[in-house]
Amino acid sequence: MKKNKEFISGYDVVVRAAKDAGAVSMYSYPITPGTEILSSWIRAAMKDGQMKYLQTEDEIAAGFAVAGAVLAGEKSFTATAGPGTILMQDALSMAEAMRLPFVAVIVQRGGPSSGTVIYSQQELVLATHGGNGEGMRLVYSPSNLTELYQMTRQAFNDAAKYRFPAIILTDGYLVKTKQVVERFAKIKNIPAPKIVPEKGHVNLRNIYTFEKELHTKIIEAKKDFDAASKKISKSETYLVKDADLILIAHGIVGRAVRDAVDELRARGRRVGMWRPLTLAPLDVRGFEKVRSAKNFLVIESSAGQLADLLRSRISDCPDFSGYFRPALGIEAEEIVQFVMKKYAK
Amino acid sequence: MPNNEQIKPAAFCPGCGHTIILRSLYRVLQNQELTGRAVIGLDIGCSLLAYDMLPINTFQTHHGRPVPTMVGFRRARKDTLAIVYAGDGGAYSIGLQSLLWAARRNEPILVIVVNNTVYGMTGGQTAPTSLRGQVTDTAPGGHDETPILGPELIRSLNERAYIARTAVNEPANLAIHIEKAIKNALAGNFSLVEILSYCPTNWRTKGGETDKHLNGLKSVFKTGEIL
Repeated sequence: MKKNKEFISGYDVVVRAAKDAGAVSMYSYPITPGTEILSSWIRAAMKDGQMKYLQTEDEIAAGFAVAGAVLAGEKSFTATAGPGTILMQDALSMAEAMRLPFVAVIVQRGGPSSGTVIYSQQELVLATHGGNGEGMRLVYSPSNLTELYQMTRQAFNDAAKYRFPAIILTDGYLVKTKQVVERFAKIKNIPAPKIVPEKGHVNLRNIYTFEKELHTKIIEAKKDFDAASKKISKSETYLVKDADLILIAHGIVGRAVRDAVDELRARGRRVGMWRPLTLAPLDVRGFEKVRSAKNFLVIESSAGQLADLLRSRISDCPDFSGYFRPALGIEAEEIVQFVMKKYAK
Repeated sequence: MPNNEQIKPAAFCPGCGHTIILRSLYRVLQNQELTGRAVIGLDIGCSLLAYDMLPINTFQTHHGRPVPTMVGFRRARKDTLAIVYAGDGGAYSIGLQSLLWAARRNEPILVIVVNNTVYGMTGGQTAPTSLRGQVTDTAPGGHDETPILGPELIRSLNERAYIARTAVNEPANLAIHIEKAIKNALAGNFSLVEILSYCPTNWRTKGGETDKHLNGLKSVFKTGEIL
């Protein structure tokens, strides 16, 4: 294999990306299917004395330890899943409020509650808008391991540059899989901001006496978020030019949809795909490339969380149909069958 | 002596013990030339009002979360004197899990717990330190449990920890315990000082009654180094 090509597992990709991004520490609590990221980081730390880690007492502590580390100017991250994603909201909301470059890898599993342990796409709302704020978070949704690497690198950079918490939203299928990664993106690292200075001092607030003070703070942050959105938001199109049906999916389901598009094209159907690469901010301008299509079908392993997100973000949103399979994996074949039946010639 | 011009007026209620504790802490930091190395993570509760009183690095965290935050901070920046400033609710109730584990792992942080036996900021509800029979906003018929003894509980978890309880009306002891705790934290060990403190607003006491009430607490919460 070429030097830049490797047969590698998803959790090792995350560790490699975090390390290449300049992450020094990881704080995490074991939870399937995110655990292997922690154990892989610790295995790597056994060989590299610069890598720090702590298996914390719970996800709350993991999140706040990351917050503390980034306040001190260190690149740090956590990985969690399911019920852990719920507990992580405590620290994520502080990161949103204090503009901390907080990075979390959320490895979705089935919900509600302890649900199932490997896969679903049911943590989209928690990832994009799980806190008691305005959802000013950067959320990336990779469909394969090449993207998992690239987006993890990007998350660290965007968090440092724009000062919003960044989340790589993935799932146990992707993180536990082994694939050939063709290309590890070369990205220049943006250094971590020293939020608490070593010389001089700051007094940082996270709670306000007057509603007007908080309002002003949120409006400022929203302005920054909207400005950053133009640079961060990304989507992918596939064979959309003449398509009268656009299939919409995110994450690993996007991979199955791409295969389904190929198969449907082979059967003479004018089908294309639109896939948001970032769920927050959403690439609403990118959607304009496919808006003129006749039909839209949202395909996801949830009862409609992606569809709801699109409806809430895209102005004059067209009608979407859904192929919703909460808690289930989705394969290309079933998409083909569903489309052939629903959109009979 | 502290340069009082640098200390902002306290935002606490009149008669609150926090002001005495923070000034005492600052004096010790000044005497030991540690103001540049000290970073304080504040609990949410009355503690949050300390955020801009002292001219050193401070930040507010979440209720119950300054301990894990300062664990992460100290692990990232090892020359820091990492201080947690929390109330008894933040330390012994919502934040207890992290406090126990930080002590058990011997995280080199200094935890200051201000114990006034009530939730002050929210208006005098039952705290983990409330006394049996104490009437609170959420125990109008009197609290029916005994208080948690935080320092004694933590003692069993860590032999190297410096753990003490003192009171705002013993300023000399207060300074000595803070000094010893700082020394132990800088030597790389977990340290905790619980400080019995005034809350005349929620105790509904005036003048000398407040001090008398505080002294009464000492029969339940023994002061001195916890060995």
